[in-house]
Amino acid sequence: MLARQSSLNAPDRELDRFRFRVALAGVAVFAAFAVLIARLFHLQVVQHDYYTTRAEDNRISLVPIVPNRGVIVDRKGTVLARNYSAFTLEITPSKVDDLDATIEGLGRVIEVLPKDRKRFRRLLEESKTFESLPIRTRLTEEEVARFAANRYLFPGVEVKARLFRQYPLGSIGSHALGYISRINKRDMEMIEEKEQTTNYRGTDHIGKSGIEQKYEFHLHGETGYEQVEIDAGGRAVRSLSRSAPVQGNNLTLTLDSKLQEMAEKAFGDRRGALVAIEPATGGILALVSTPTFDPNLFVDGIRTDDWDQLNTSPDKPLLNRALNGAYPPGSTFKPFMALAALETGKRTPGQAISDPGVFNFGGHQFRDDKKGGHGSVDMFKSIVQSCDTYYYMLANDMGIDAIARFMGQLGFGQRTGVDIEGESPGVLPSPEWKARRFKRPEQQKWFAGETISIGIGQGYNSYTPIQLAQATATIANNGVLYRPHLVKYITDSRTGERTMIEPEPLRVLPWKRQNIEVIKKAMVGVNISGTSARAFAGAGYVSAGKTGTAQVFSLKGADYKASSVKKELRDHALFIAFAPAEEPKIALAVLVENGGFGAQSAAPIARMVFDYYLLGKLPKGAASEDDVEED
Amino acid sequence: MAQQFLHRARVRLVEHIDGPLLFITLALMATGLTTVYSATYDANSRLLAQAVNMAVGLCVMWTVAQLPPQKLMRFGVPLYVLGIILLLLVFLVGVRVNGATRWLSLGFTRIQPSELLKVAVPLMLAWYFHKHEAVLKLRHYVVACLLLLLPFALIAKQPDLGTAILVGAAGFYVIFFAGLPWQVIAGLGAAAAGAAPFVWTMLHDYQRKRILTLIDPTSDPLGAGYHIIQSTIAIGSGGSFGKGWLAGTQTHLEFIPERHTDFIFAVYSEERGLLGNGILLLLYLLLIGRGLMIAANASTLFARVMAGSVTLSLFTYVFVNVGMVSGILPVVGVPLPFMSYGGTAIVTLSVCIGILMSIQTHRMLVRK
Repeated sequence: MLARQSSLNAPDRELDRFRFRVALAGVAVFAAFAVLIARLFHLQVVQHDYYTTRAEDNRISLVPIVPNRGVIVDRKGTVLARNYSAFTLEITPSKVDDLDATIEGLGRVIEVLPKDRKRFRRLLEESKTFESLPIRTRLTEEEVARFAANRYLFPGVEVKARLFRQYPLGSIGSHALGYISRINKRDMEMIEEKEQTTNYRGTDHIGKSGIEQKYEFHLHGETGYEQVEIDAGGRAVRSLSRSAPVQGNNLTLTLDSKLQEMAEKAFGDRRGALVAIEPATGGILALVSTPTFDPNLFVDGIRTDDWDQLNTSPDKPLLNRALNGAYPPGSTFKPFMALAALETGKRTPGQAISDPGVFNFGGHQFRDDKKGGHGSVDMFKSIVQSCDTYYYMLANDMGIDAIARFMGQLGFGQRTGVDIEGESPGVLPSPEWKARRFKRPEQQKWFAGETISIGIGQGYNSYTPIQLAQATATIANNGVLYRPHLVKYITDSRTGERTMIEPEPLRVLPWKRQNIEVIKKAMVGVNISGTSARAFAGAGYVSAGKTGTAQVFSLKGADYKASSVKKELRDHALFIAFAPAEEPKIALAVLVENGGFGAQSAAPIARMVFDYYLLGKLPKGAASEDDVEED
Repeated sequence: MAQQFLHRARVRLVEHIDGPLLFITLALMATGLTTVYSATYDANSRLLAQAVNMAVGLCVMWTVAQLPPQKLMRFGVPLYVLGIILLLLVFLVGVRVNGATRWLSLGFTRIQPSELLKVAVPLMLAWYFHKHEAVLKLRHYVVACLLLLLPFALIAKQPDLGTAILVGAAGFYVIFFAGLPWQVIAGLGAAAAGAAPFVWTMLHDYQRKRILTLIDPTSDPLGAGYHIIQSTIAIGSGGSFGKGWLAGTQTHLEFIPERHTDFIFAVYSEERGLLGNGILLLLYLLLIGRGLMIAANASTLFARVMAGSVTLSLFTYVFVNVGMVSGILPVVGVPLPFMSYGGTAIVTLSVCIGILMSIQTHRMLVRK
C-alpha cells in the first residue's frame, strides 16, 4: 500500500494529503492551546483567591517587636534591674547545613570560646525549631564590623541587637529580685496555660525566680508587631505596617537597697537569713539570704561551671533561706507563748513560778539551760532571762491545741503570701498535723510530753524566717497582721499611673492592749538588761528583742559546748526585734545557721540594721570601707 | 539615480521578508523585552543584552530569509554531520555543569552543540525525503527514524531532556509531514505506551522526581516542587488582569526561580493576568497559523515538510513551556520563544522564522 501511494507519483493528491495533515496539525494546535487557556483560567479565575492568599502569605511576615522589660527600683529609686542593648551573634540552626563547620568558621573571624560552644549546644537541645540561638553575646563594635565583612560566608548567621537584663547591684538582693533566663519548655507550657503565647512570640527570656518571676506579666509588656515584606530568601524588604510594643510596667519595691547591702555584709561569710519588715504596712525593707548569687550570670545563659558551682555548693546559694528555710524558732518563740498565756488567761504578768532548773514530766527531765534555775520567775523575767522552765510549765498548762490555735493566728506554719513564688509553709505542730504527717498509727498519736518542748520553740516547731518576722511585726503593730510584700507600687508604662500594693491588714487580732504592752516591755528589757543587752549597749533608740538558739540536733543530756561541736552541727542563732519600741518603724527576724547563741551572732546583725535604718549609721567596719578600697 | 538606488535597496531589504511573520515576531520580542525588564529589575544589564540578542536574531532571520530553499537544503547534510561530531565530542570531552554534560569548551567560550541540531535535524530529514520524493518507501521512513534517533539519544544521554524533546519533535514532524503512514503512527504510539515503564527505569532520578512532582508538587515543597508551586502561585495570584507591570510580588521578591529564563511566563502571567495570557497565546497562535499556511502553500516537498516541522516546533516550545510553568507538564528546560532571556534560543528561533520567510517569499518569486 505504501509503495502504491508513493509510486502513484501524483503531486496533487500528495499535496492534498499533506494539506490534510497540516489541517490536522492546526486542529491539534488549537486543542492544545485550549487546554492551556483552560488551565490558566482555572488558576487565574477559579482559584485566584486561593493563590492570592498564598502569594500574600509568601511575601508578608509578621515580625514581633519585643517590648522593653519593666525596670525595678528600690523604695528610694535606686535601680535594681534594668535593660541594656548589646549585639549578639546568632545562628538559625534550621538555615545552616553544617553547624560544626559554621561554628568552626566563625571561630576564625570572631573569638568563640569553648564555653560559648557548650552553651550553644545546651540551648540547641532545648530550642524551638526555627529559633535563632546566640553563639556569642556582647560583641564589641570591632567584632560586629569584622563579622559584617565576612557575612556572606555564613548564611543563617546574623548579628542581632538585643536587650539584655542587667542587675547593677550584682548579688545584692538577688534572692528578692530573682533573675530572668531563657524560656524553657516548662515556661512555654506556663505561657500557653496563661494564654500569653502571642504576646511571647519573639521573647526569649522570662523571670525565673523572685520578683522577676512573680511579676513577670507586669514586667514583660505587650509585644508589638511589624508587618514586613520579605523576599524568597527571608530578608525583610520593606515595612508595611507597625504596631508599637508597649514597654513593661516598672516596679518600685519596698526594699531599701542600702539596708539590704548593709545587712548582707553583716552576715559576712555566714549562712543565714534576715527579713526586715515595716510593721505599719508589711512592706519588706530587707530580705537577706546568704550566701547570695549574682543574677547577672543567668541572663545570657549561665555557664556550665557557674551553674555547677551554684548547684553543688554545700552552702546552697540558690536556696532562699528567708522563705524556704524552716527552722525551730528556739527562745524567740517565748514572747509569743507569753502573749498566748495572757490572752488565754493561763498566766498573769505578776504570777511567778519557782524554777529549780528542771521540769519533770512523765519521768522525763526537761532542763533549763541555767544550772540550778532562775529562782522565782514572773513573766517579765521569763522573757528577759529566757527561762525555759517557765515555758515548759506554761506549755503544759495551755495544751497543744490552745498553742496551735494562737500561733496559727499569728501566721506560724502558713505561707505568708509574700510576693515571691515557692514559699515553704513550715510546721505548726498540732495533733492534727501529726496525724497528717505520719503514716503509722503509733506515730500519729500526739503525746503530752511533746507539748513541753513546743513551749520553748523546739520540738516539731519549724518556721521560716519570714514567718518569724511577720509575727514580730504583728506584735510591734499591736496585733494588726499584714501580708509581707516586696512591691510597693506598679507604674503603668503607658499612663504613668501608680497602682499601690495596698497595705491591707490580713487580720486584726483581738489582743488586749495591756497584754501587748507587757510583752513589749519585756522585750525592751531583753535588749537593756537581758540576753542581748551587750549587743544593744549604747544604742540611740529603745528597741525590743528576743534571742533564740535552735538546736540542730539533740545532745541527749550532755552539756552543749559550741567549740567542741562541728560547725555544721552547732546550734542556729536567732534573733527577733523591732525598734523604736514605742513606735516601731522596723521589725525583723535574723537567723544565722550554726551561729551558736542568738545573742552572740544574730543580735549584733539586728543592731547594725537598726543603727543604719533608724540613725543612718553605718557599722564601724563598713563606714570606712570605701576608703579602705581606695587604698 | 540615487532615488532608484534607494528604491532598489528598499526592495532588496524587504523582498524576502514576510510581513505577518515579522510583525508577530516583533510583537513577541517587544513583549519579551518588557517582561525581561521586569524579571531582571535588579540587574538591568540583562535588558540590554537581550535587546542585542534580538537585534542579532533579526539580522540572522533576514539573512536566512535571503537564502532560497534549494540553498537551505544544501546545509542539511553538513550541518547534521557537524552536529553529530560535536555531540560525540561532548560525549567524550564535554564540560560537566550541574551534573549534566552539555557543553564543549572552546577555550574562550563554551558552546552547546545540541542547539544546532534543533535546525540541522529537520533540515537533514527534509533533504532526505526531498531527495527520495519519487520513490518513498517504508525503508526511507526507517532510515529517517534512525537519523533522528542518533542525535536524540546523544542529547538525552547528556542529559538534556528539554532539548532532546525539541530535536525529537522537530524530526518527527518532518517524518509526519513527509507522509508517515497512519498505521505506523498508531503502531509507534502503541509501542511508546508499552515502552513507558522501561523508559521510566532509564530516566535519571531527577527526571523521575520532576514527573512525580508534577503529580503532587506539595510532596517536596522546598525541593523539586518549589518551582511549580511558586510559578502557579504567581500565575494564580495574577488573576484576570494581572498585578500590573513591575508590580508582581512573586517576581520582585524573587519567589519565582529562573524567572528571566524558563519561568518567564510566570512573571508575565502574574503581571498581565489572564487577559495578557490570552493576547500572548493569540500571538503564538497567529505565528503558528501563518507557519502552517506557509507550509500548506509551499511548492516543494522540502519546503512543505520543513515549514511544517519548523512551525510545529514553535508550537512545541510554547506548549511545553507554558504547560510546565502552569504545572500540567513536568519541568524540562524549554524556553518560551522570544520571551525567555538567552541569545542561543533567540538565534535558533530566528533561523526558524527566517526559514519560514524564505520558503514563503521564494515561492512567490517562483510563481511570478
